[in-house]
Amino acid sequence: MSVQTDKVQWSARVRESAEKNLPPSQLLPDEQPVYVHSWIYVFGALSIAAFGVVLASGLWLSLEGPTWWHTSSVGLFVNSLHLWSAELFFFFMVIHLWGKFWMAAWRGNRSMTWVTGSVAFLASIGTAFTGYLSQQNFASQWIASQGKDGLNAAGVGAFFNVLNFGQMLMWHIVLFPLVVGALIVMHVLLVRKHGVVPPYPAEGQDEFDTGPEAVVDVQRRTGGEGGAS
Amino acid sequence: MGATGLTGRLAAMVNLDHPAHYIHAGWFQISTANLVVILLMIVVFVLALFVPFPGRRFQ
Amino acid sequence: MSTAAARFAKARKRDHRHLEAWTGGYRPYDLVKELVVAVAVVVVLTAILAALFSSPDDQPVTLARWARADAKDFTTAALSELNGSSDTAQYGPPYNSTPGAAQKIGPLSLQTLAGVRIPIDAAHDLVLQPLQSVAGDNPDLQTALSQYRSASPSQQNAWTDAYGKALSSATVSGGQLQVPPGDYGPVAVIMASELALARSGGLDGALLATKQFYQTDYTKPILFISDGSYFGNLASSHNLLGEQWGMMNETGNWPGQPWLWLYTFWYQIPPFASSGNADALIWGIMALLSVILVLVPFIPGVRSIPKWIPIYKLVWRDYYRGLASR
Repeated sequence: MSVQTDKVQWSARVRESAEKNLPPSQLLPDEQPVYVHSWIYVFGALSIAAFGVVLASGLWLSLEGPTWWHTSSVGLFVNSLHLWSAELFFFFMVIHLWGKFWMAAWRGNRSMTWVTGSVAFLASIGTAFTGYLSQQNFASQWIASQGKDGLNAAGVGAFFNVLNFGQMLMWHIVLFPLVVGALIVMHVLLVRKHGVVPPYPAEGQDEFDTGPEAVVDVQRRTGGEGGAS
Repeated sequence: MGATGLTGRLAAMVNLDHPAHYIHAGWFQISTANLVVILLMIVVFVLALFVPFPGRRFQ
Repeated sequence: MSTAAARFAKARKRDHRHLEAWTGGYRPYDLVKELVVAVAVVVVLTAILAALFSSPDDQPVTLARWARADAKDFTTAALSELNGSSDTAQYGPPYNSTPGAAQKIGPLSLQTLAGVRIPIDAAHDLVLQPLQSVAGDNPDLQTALSQYRSASPSQQNAWTDAYGKALSSATVSGGQLQVPPGDYGPVAVIMASELALARSGGLDGALLATKQFYQTDYTKPILFISDGSYFGNLASSHNLLGEQWGMMNETGNWPGQPWLWLYTFWYQIPPFASSGNADALIWGIMALLSVILVLVPFIPGVRSIPKWIPIYKLVWRDYYRGLASR
């Protein structure tokens, strides 16, 4: 096959773009910059882990259908796994958000990492909301009757009917998880692509610049080329 | 009816199925359960910042 | 060249603005192990919490349960559906087009723009139609329904007004509502039949029924239940009302949704606490704040807050100490 044909082919182009942006050693590195040295950095992984347990417990609930947990003790336990893993998901995700805000982690062309993360947070709230609506108990009736007022006032309720159990259940188990999952994947790939944000310059070092593009790298300025320490 | 309701349903070790306790201050009110969760988040965040991380320090 | 330097050289060639490639030191870091440990920790924590605390499951309110528990409140709500005075009947879009009912943000009414896409005729859908479906074997009910339908609106109002006034002094005995005698036309039979249908469980079924066999849409029963006091009183006992910061709360002593603190906060303070447009206004505020959250990297001032309040010094203290000691 000639080089010319390879360059025109979509498959080749997609592969080359993926390799260029995320070579395997960058997609799954076995090292991190020396400044990645704090417990605050584990909360992203904890959030993803919690999301995984939410999905797994949700899959287990799907095996038996939406009414199972009202009549089975095992079902009630699995429902509890789903509820508490969701609570842990929000717990860890919000601490992760706090950490990333105070580190100004959007610096150095990392704005989209912040954007995908915050949209995933908002989408998670929607996922939890439709989950509460799918419980088929007093709480879901009440949440539906209250939630409809806010949504109707915004014109959204005419299309997204919180009183329609079938619709809300499908949003909860199909549409929202796909959106949140896709956002998480994009978010993590962006972190791998741009690397973990470097620290603010130390005092006495380069002049601080808050623009999202211009994060000055201290090591580079002091002439070091560096390698693993 | 909650976790300890029907026969054969697994009872929780700590029964939370009773009216909640609330803390009031003027127009502000919060359940103790929610307050515990929020305080726990702040504590964990602060701990994450202060507790030393294992491994070699940057030389 | 080391991998780090090679990476930086590549980045610099790509675009000089991408000054994020770190050329400083690296240390080994096992991401897969970190994730596996995180999963193990979360699985254990979740299992412990689930075993310790379980999850809430309060029984839903049915029309049958409501009608048996509080016949007077049920009948009052049913009457309001019939005479068009209920919250549902007066709601506006998306259920009907009551003038002036829709909420606004300034001159803009998104509620009106969305239109009547879930049409509900309260009197027909919640009272007359369900009764019609069971009137086949009941000549008295059949007659009452025909008489009501063929009367003029002003005659209908006269009957329902009279019945409404009498309801306040009605008593319940043996499941029957005893209303003082008066000129209510067919309304007395209609209301008594509605109560009986509800108590039997038939109204729950009738309100769900459509032309299809399988049902998943609970719009009509939940709207009807919301129009009485029974449902709201139950919610109030659980601190679930709007003015009780209810959006954050859960039944029983379980934690609820603490992340909704800012959404429910606005409902507690003036002017929203007493505004008819509260839902629309607060939705607008939360939409704006959400957009601000997403766009933090692009907002001057906000994106500099982490510099001014240097919590980052705690995160990177090891790195700064290392730099200082060089």
